[in-house]
Amino acid sequence: MPPPTDRGFDHATPSEITPRTAYEGRRDWMKRLAGGALGVGLAGWAGRQALAQAAPRGAALPGARSAVPGALTMDKATSREDATTYNNYYEFGTDKSDPARTAHTLKTRPWTVAVEGAVKKPRSIGIDELMKLGAMEDRVYRLRCVEGWSMVIPWVGFSLSELIRQVEPTGNAKYVEFVTQADAKTMPGLGSRVLDWPYVEALRIDEAMHPLAMLVFGMYGEVLPNQNGAPLRLVVPWKYGFKSGKSIVAIRFVEQQPATSWTKAGPQEYGFYSNVNPRVDHPRWSQATERRIGEPGGVFAKKRPTLMFNGYEPQVGQLYAGMDLARNF
Amino acid sequence: MNRLLLHPATKPLLIAAAFGPFAWLLWGALTDSLGPNPAEALMRGTGDWVLRMLCLTLAVTPLRDWTGWSALARFRRLLGVASFGYGVTHFLCYAWLDMSLDPAAIVKDIPKRPFILVGTLALLLMAPLAATSFNRAIRTLGAARWKKLHRLVYPVALLALLHFFWMRAAKNNFAEWSVYAAVLAVLLGWRLLQAWRRGRRSPTRAVPAVRAATA
Repeated sequence: MPPPTDRGFDHATPSEITPRTAYEGRRDWMKRLAGGALGVGLAGWAGRQALAQAAPRGAALPGARSAVPGALTMDKATSREDATTYNNYYEFGTDKSDPARTAHTLKTRPWTVAVEGAVKKPRSIGIDELMKLGAMEDRVYRLRCVEGWSMVIPWVGFSLSELIRQVEPTGNAKYVEFVTQADAKTMPGLGSRVLDWPYVEALRIDEAMHPLAMLVFGMYGEVLPNQNGAPLRLVVPWKYGFKSGKSIVAIRFVEQQPATSWTKAGPQEYGFYSNVNPRVDHPRWSQATERRIGEPGGVFAKKRPTLMFNGYEPQVGQLYAGMDLARNF
Repeated sequence: MNRLLLHPATKPLLIAAAFGPFAWLLWGALTDSLGPNPAEALMRGTGDWVLRMLCLTLAVTPLRDWTGWSALARFRRLLGVASFGYGVTHFLCYAWLDMSLDPAAIVKDIPKRPFILVGTLALLLMAPLAATSFNRAIRTLGAARWKKLHRLVYPVALLALLHFFWMRAAKNNFAEWSVYAAVLAVLLGWRLLQAWRRGRRSPTRAVPAVRAATA
């Protein structure tokens, strides 16, 4: 719920508010001034491309307020600018400012998703048809990256379970594997050997059936920008962000636990489950706290304590009853 | 060129230039213009500048040899102190932004994470060098001992490189790291070559030459 804006202080009349073009122009001017003083090259070097542009506005994608328990966090949403300029999408470069600059080459139409494996009704679904399989919902989820930062993002989409029910998994469907786009022509990051391409993620079938596991087509009321995983991605809010694959091309139902990309790259560092857990540290850093992107105070803002299952323990805790979460990290 | 390098304005200019990136990052922190994750930008930015300053420091002697600009030597200590300054800033950013200045948490964190341990070690090894960077220290220690002590900069550079390698190993992304590694390989390799050449000269000839020089 937005904070009340009609009390506490006197509001400026519209004529007193600096027009957006004016203040953006001023910032631009200041950046250029600073750049000139230090030498343009040095400025970029020192500032580490802090000046990436927010994604251009996309087509509106309205959704209804979600009724799924836990789907609407009260935390203040991250600004759209931050959420579209600070992205881990290695197919477009490993620096978090890379995707905003390079992902414009991704072609999101035509796009089909192969739904296959241990299901009674395998099918290949075009993206526009897939978007009509369920009713679009607005949900606001916390997103916790394994690197120790977090955001709060208003997504648009529906529960993954709605798709799963329609293809009717067989008894052999123990896991669901998500294969994502890997096209060297449009994705400059595929040249690097950081990970095995295509990027693959997976969930246990009961995790995938949980109503909070979401197929996402939009954010901030608009279709997904390319750098956020257009035209569709997964969002599993109680797991570290890398479990939520972007630009999905195939959803496979399998019997054996799939080999997922980060677990293959660093089995000691990234487990199959990768549930957000403040008590299980990453070998190279603590997971007890997180830095919320866009927190007032900027660099001086205090870190927040990380919550078990990213705060979704009441909803998803029972999925892991009796499991040793330190061993099954 | 040598006369230009000896101009009295060069040192203040170099000091100002060495402060440049620091001022830039500080300005960015105060105006919140370091991007979505300013703490990360500060920690990485200061770390980058430790490596860059170390490369510049270690480049002075080979450059002097290759170009004959002997006056470059005046800037070596200054660049070394700048490396240490960025190192301290880098550590303070970690201690403050990542550890909230909690001494117990820092003491627990450093040995737990090899790359932080290595970085801290590099900084600790730099401290005696920074502390003996003024003229009187050279006189007190004696030039030979001072020189020997300041060879610590070689392990410091290698530890800093290892620290950055481990940090980047997370993303298997060594493009930037290899640039620093290549620069340091050339700068340290040149020194090894010099030492090897000196060693090849027969001791019967080298020793009297040194005696003659010091006499």
